[in-house]
Amino acid sequence: MSLVRRSSDLLKPFTTAASTTSFLNSRRHFSTDDTTTITVETSVPFTGHNCEPPSRSVDTTPTELMKFFTDMALMRRMEIAADSLYKSKLIRGFCHLYDGQEAVCIGMEAAITKKDCIITAYRDHCIYLGRGGNLLQSFAELMGRQDGCSNGKGGSMHFYKKDACFFGGHGIVGAQVPLGCGLAFAQKYRKEDHVTFAMYGDGAANQGQLFEALNMAALWDLPAILVCENNHYGMGTAEWRAAKSPAYYKRGDYVPGLKVDGMDAFAVKQACKFAKEHALKNGPIILEMDTYRYHGHSMSDPGSTYRTRDEISGVRQERDPIERIRKLVLAHDLATEQQLKDIEKLARKEVDEAIAKAKESPMPAESELFTNVYRKGFGVESFGADRKELRATLP
Amino acid sequence: MLGTIRQKAVAARSLSSQVLENDLMRLRSVASVMRHYSAGTKEMTVRDALNSALDEEMAADPSVFVMGEEVGEYQGAYKITKGLLDKYGPERVVDTPITEAGFAGIGVGSAYHGLRPVVEFMTFNFSMQAIDHIINSAAKSNYMSAGQINVPIVFRGPNGPAAGVGAQHSQCYGAWYGSVPGLKVLVPYSSEDARGLLKAAIRDPDPVVFLENELLYGESFPVSAEALNSSFCLPIGKAKIEREGKDITITAFSKMVGYALKAAEILEKDGISAEVINLRSIRPLDRATINASVRKTNRLVTVEEGFPQHGIGAEICASVVEDSFGYLDAPVERIAGADVPTPYAANLERMAFPQIEDIVRAARRVCYRKSSIAASA
Repeated sequence: MSLVRRSSDLLKPFTTAASTTSFLNSRRHFSTDDTTTITVETSVPFTGHNCEPPSRSVDTTPTELMKFFTDMALMRRMEIAADSLYKSKLIRGFCHLYDGQEAVCIGMEAAITKKDCIITAYRDHCIYLGRGGNLLQSFAELMGRQDGCSNGKGGSMHFYKKDACFFGGHGIVGAQVPLGCGLAFAQKYRKEDHVTFAMYGDGAANQGQLFEALNMAALWDLPAILVCENNHYGMGTAEWRAAKSPAYYKRGDYVPGLKVDGMDAFAVKQACKFAKEHALKNGPIILEMDTYRYHGHSMSDPGSTYRTRDEISGVRQERDPIERIRKLVLAHDLATEQQLKDIEKLARKEVDEAIAKAKESPMPAESELFTNVYRKGFGVESFGADRKELRATLP
Repeated sequence: MLGTIRQKAVAARSLSSQVLENDLMRLRSVASVMRHYSAGTKEMTVRDALNSALDEEMAADPSVFVMGEEVGEYQGAYKITKGLLDKYGPERVVDTPITEAGFAGIGVGSAYHGLRPVVEFMTFNFSMQAIDHIINSAAKSNYMSAGQINVPIVFRGPNGPAAGVGAQHSQCYGAWYGSVPGLKVLVPYSSEDARGLLKAAIRDPDPVVFLENELLYGESFPVSAEALNSSFCLPIGKAKIEREGKDITITAFSKMVGYALKAAEILEKDGISAEVINLRSIRPLDRATINASVRKTNRLVTVEEGFPQHGIGAEICASVVEDSFGYLDAPVERIAGADVPTPYAANLERMAFPQIEDIVRAARRVCYRKSSIAASA
């Protein structure tokens, strides 16, 4: 059940319901309107490093605008629900939430295809959803059930969707960047016309392996786009305490970069479109998304010992990505306030239904302990904690 | 006590007032701890044990400093370094970026030049980013330089599985570091272990890998008055007999010591008297204590959370076969983590690590008893 289909399903009731809204009389039919061009200005112009930044005028359609709203509302709802599930101990271990950062993944998806690769770190639930991932599989994975996208064996930090070129879901800070350059290496090797977006945070931006991989990507003209989701805090450490230069879009030195308002989905879309064109011709480029996470680093971090509540609420008021789209939708007369509220209510309902279903999913079978150790095990033996009591042959 | 303070004040002029204040604060804090626990058994969490050990060693030696992610302003990811930044300032409690290879190397380099760093890895899984420096830059330097360059560094942090943290955050590195000559590898269990071994590690002139356990941080243990003393130190390379017994030897370290002790209680009801050895030190491994115990009991079960192949139990088994073969009445049994990456799902994770019943079952096997929970009347 992909997100794309979902949003058009969501829009159907509004066009057919003979309900209290005067929608049918006074509004355009936006549900299938992807031909009208709406031009949106990004919040701020782009800042370029060693490149000519793209225009801040972005073309979109009513369908796309509504899809942005619907998809982000769903992602926001999913993350908030995960917070509650964690507090009721249905989710264990680590849980890193993305609420606040939705515009980055939504804008990116609008500019690329499912043949372009994405790889990210552990704040991956929404990236998974954006790639066409499924709410039920997401919640089931978080709760460690067999219907999870990794059969319950990965957990929050290890969501994958290979058929949509989403390569995870990585727990070790920084590791995903060389891996992403590797994806790009394979794309170039096979002469594909696709690119890789390797996402990382401001905390990972100082990792040595990033610069090693970037150097090689530049040397070999790999179609790698490094996307720094700068939410300004690496766990509890503010960017200025970790980086001599927190201008991450400039850190590639000889590699061009672009600074983008990561709370503006259209700015993100424009930047990713620009980056894809660049990478296919000229090799790597860095996109720095200026974004923000409302939650702490993870559910074990209150998120308020190293930043003020005023700062958090300030961003929510001034720069919330969903609010931005809401204003655009209303300004362009694409839906009423009530209709947008209804979309959010529907998102809540979808999330609640997915959670209920996920709760019914059983824990993985005990035999799953030994599956997928290898792709090809040669019949080798593996053991449980008591090797005389529990052993298995790896297929 | 006051005499020492005055001596320090004279010797280290630039730090004199700081040292004086630190010593007085330390006296006050130890006194307050003792006042607090004066009635009955003194108890201390492993977290407080580590914190107090760091505090005391930093107060005693100005060349000791702490470095790692979130150790300062955040008060420590697991609060082990709580309060140290306020006390000792940002020059001695250094918050680093998320760059393990870099700061491990910087730590080792500072140790080359005479400082005594305590480098924290948020978990030892991240030490793999820095392992070249731990092994090639730290462990081998004294040897390669024919004794000119010793490396008095401590690498510490949580090791092994926690709860539901998945494959990349659950590995035990005891066997990996334990195989490297030039390193010392310590594995505390109780609060006394934590205090005594960390203080010994910081004072030791060689690189020490200090493997803690996240789930033990919050556990409370009784501590003796001697252990609360600021000069308390445990010897490196000596295991501890946690529980004496005569029928079977169980070796364990870190969290598994607690499991082994519980298993021993269950076995007692079956008439099996288990001797539980808390290794405390993986390298040097206390082969003498282990062998002496096996020569007494004639049966051995080794317990660890790490992967079984080439693990701690394998080394202990080899040692016993080499030195005490004639004394064994049964083959050595190994209980270890399952031979798979750690699964996230709770039921699978439980199967992936030793449980008390696994230890009991293996112990019964080694005594050639049937594995029935219901004891015969």
